[in-house]
Amino acid sequence: MNLAGRIDAVVIGASAGGIEALTVLLPALSPGLRPPVFIVLHLPRDRPSVLVDIFARKCAVPVREAEDKEMVAPGTVYFAPNDYHLLVDPGPQLALSADDPVHHSRPSVDVLFESAADIYRDRLLGIILTGANEDGASGLAAVHDAGGVTMVQRPDTALAPHMALSALKLRPADCVLTLNEIAGMLQTLDASPTPMRMS
Amino acid sequence: MDAEVNPAVVTGREFDIEFKLLIDAIFHMYHYDFRGYAQASLRRRLKTAMSRFDCRTLSQLQDKVVHDSSMFAALLDFLTIQVSEMFRDPAYFLALRERVVPLLRTYPSLKVWVAGCSAGEEAYSLAILLHEEGLLSKTIIYATDINTHTLQKAAAGVYGVGRIAGFTANHHQSGARSSLSDYYSAAYDRAVFNKSLKDHIVFSDHSLATDSVFAEVQLVSCRNVLIYFNRTLRDRALGLFREALCRRGFLGIGAKESLRFSAQADAFLDFAPAERIFQRRPEL
Repeated sequence: MNLAGRIDAVVIGASAGGIEALTVLLPALSPGLRPPVFIVLHLPRDRPSVLVDIFARKCAVPVREAEDKEMVAPGTVYFAPNDYHLLVDPGPQLALSADDPVHHSRPSVDVLFESAADIYRDRLLGIILTGANEDGASGLAAVHDAGGVTMVQRPDTALAPHMALSALKLRPADCVLTLNEIAGMLQTLDASPTPMRMS
Repeated sequence: MDAEVNPAVVTGREFDIEFKLLIDAIFHMYHYDFRGYAQASLRRRLKTAMSRFDCRTLSQLQDKVVHDSSMFAALLDFLTIQVSEMFRDPAYFLALRERVVPLLRTYPSLKVWVAGCSAGEEAYSLAILLHEEGLLSKTIIYATDINTHTLQKAAAGVYGVGRIAGFTANHHQSGARSSLSDYYSAAYDRAVFNKSLKDHIVFSDHSLATDSVFAEVQLVSCRNVLIYFNRTLRDRALGLFREALCRRGFLGIGAKESLRFSAQADAFLDFAPAERIFQRRPEL
């Protein structure tokens, strides 16, 4: 599958083992990338997030912690802050919420994926990686049902396979791939600037 | 039984249209204005409500809500209830205690506004902090919310004892000068906060979307409320805070909220930026 011309935004969800997995994926993003990338990675609560520090150094694209009411910038990686849900509002604009945890998780992968599917519909790529809970399964189903592209890390290659298995149980994914294969796919995402899709 | 909500049904164009119609219907029927709320969170809450009230579409939910005011009251709980904690983000309360309280001491009497108080955790936390600092006796805390049902719960000041351990840990980290257990009595599985705190808190119905300023205050604490508003409504709320605050009065907002991208940003100075405490510009 080639993603060129197909994708306006990417959402990624991961839990246990997620930092290692993202260390394979995010450096593969090319400078000048067009779609923004939104990430929910479960971390222990009440610990200042160091994700931006970790990944900004490894990546060729800007890496930021998502701020409430910030307009989405192209080709930027946004991490959900600890203890808040990250959503996408019309604009598109980033939104945070302090609503109850979903699957004991805040931020929750489901919350991000479902709101992004509302905004980007069939132009969204959803990726579920390693993790030990089932957060993300219904989120990825929402991406699928809106006509977006879905990818799941091959469960036998995930540090914790439960998140991937739960997602695959709910809907078939467009691709089930190793991390290196997903990284290769991310390199086929559009560069900016590119002619806007006619609508 | 909960209805099985199919995301394909609720994320389409029909949902967008029905969403607007429902929000308008609630405004015209009940005068609650959600038109300036951030959409993604509101949509998510409405999807949860659809499932809970056994509705396959928002139109079905609208039918129930428009024709049955008790259904609206139930829906309002879904749209507004925010579970907080006492002394949530202890660093915020520590900064209030160490940096703001010394300036609050200089006023002969104090008025504090907790805007969007939900079940009252924040208002009681501030009352306890001010008591510890010897200021509560000259203080009135206005704790406001749009949900009268929630306000009743807040005024009762009753919380499950299961939550007390977390409250106590937060309180301790906020630089506590007393024990949290001094402020409540436990009965069975509930902790009831003391009347001595409640005597200094006025719980009342107020909407940041439609009401105006009601008092001059030295401190506004409004945390994790503005994230639910769009930019226009957020600016309206900040305008109210600016109007309510005395010169050099303080505004505290949530740990991940900011005044960036706001038309009201110039009205406030950074005071304790890491803890999201601002000060009204004296010259305005």
